[in-house]
Amino acid sequence: MKIQVNGKKVEYENELTVKELLKEEDVDMPEMVSVELNGEILAKDKFDSQLIKDGDQVEFLYFMGGGSNDGLH
Amino acid sequence: MDFTEEQLERYSRHIILQEVGVEGQQKLLESSVLIIGAGGLGTPAAQFLAAAGVGKIGLVDADQVELSNLQRQVLHHTPDVGRLKVESAKNKINSMNPDVEVKTYRDYLYSGNIKEVIREYDFIIDGTDNFPAKFLINDAAVMEDKPFSHAGIIKFTGQTMTVVPSEDTPCYRCVFIDPPPPGAVPSCKEAGVLGVLAGVVGALQATEAIKYLLDKGDLLTGNLLNYDALSMDFRKIEVKKNPDCGVCGEDPEITELIDYEQGACEL
Ligand SMILES: [Zn+2]
Repeated sequence: MKIQVNGKKVEYENELTVKELLKEEDVDMPEMVSVELNGEILAKDKFDSQLIKDGDQVEFLYFMGGGSNDGLH
Repeated sequence: MDFTEEQLERYSRHIILQEVGVEGQQKLLESSVLIIGAGGLGTPAAQFLAAAGVGKIGLVDADQVELSNLQRQVLHHTPDVGRLKVESAKNKINSMNPDVEVKTYRDYLYSGNIKEVIREYDFIIDGTDNFPAKFLINDAAVMEDKPFSHAGIIKFTGQTMTVVPSEDTPCYRCVFIDPPPPGAVPSCKEAGVLGVLAGVVGALQATEAIKYLLDKGDLLTGNLLNYDALSMDFRKIEVKKNPDCGVCGEDPEITELIDYEQGACEL
């Protein structure tokens, strides 16, 4: 199947779950990623079960801090 | 308000722009922006907003300048090491542009004081480095109907998105739902960041603030802009309002602000 991950075309033999795709795409820390599937944000508890199918568009949106610690505790 | 000769000259490159003009420059001089975090993102943003003549700039930061900040926090200079960041930044802004009133907050923002602080300003810039702060700012801004610019940076990549609650645009929580588990967040000291990346992204945030204040152009709402400095790719990812969003969704369960616990990393 052909899918798009972060705007790039990739091919996989078989359908796979979001969790498996994160692993295949070498995302080290899936906890630091929000996943958008065909334009909709996917709830984290669906990573295990949600299947990626031919033609799907997937975006990995990374949690990014940075800037300054303004001292919120 | 009448412009002085000096102001006409100072802002001449703005005034000559059709989209700004005398009217737009006047709007900027009458506007206010709050910058939360006077560090990597906040200082370049503050610098350009001050140069642009935004009449009032609020700076929130409880930290002091450290030597390791100077690689990217361009408003702080070597003699400022050990001074409060807000004081250091205020001095530079005052000498850059006397038209700008600078209000400093050396307080910690938390659920109990953030609403009161942001209420005073037209636009908010999130220049913080940690997720409890980012979620707090988002939720408070949504509740108070305050437009803001989110941004984050790590290593060679950055992201930014603008949220305008009064226009019902997607919020930070629509996309990121909840802060990541504290144990998952890498130490920022270990991660590192290219200094100039902070400047690029902070300047983008200032651009959004100015466009919002002038009511010109298209804001980065409903889009997360991702910038990769290594490949020099700018990519906008369309994001939608999340009906299940905890703060702006159809049935929001967050009605009180939350102080999340999480060690903040020093960037
Ligand atoms: Zn939302």
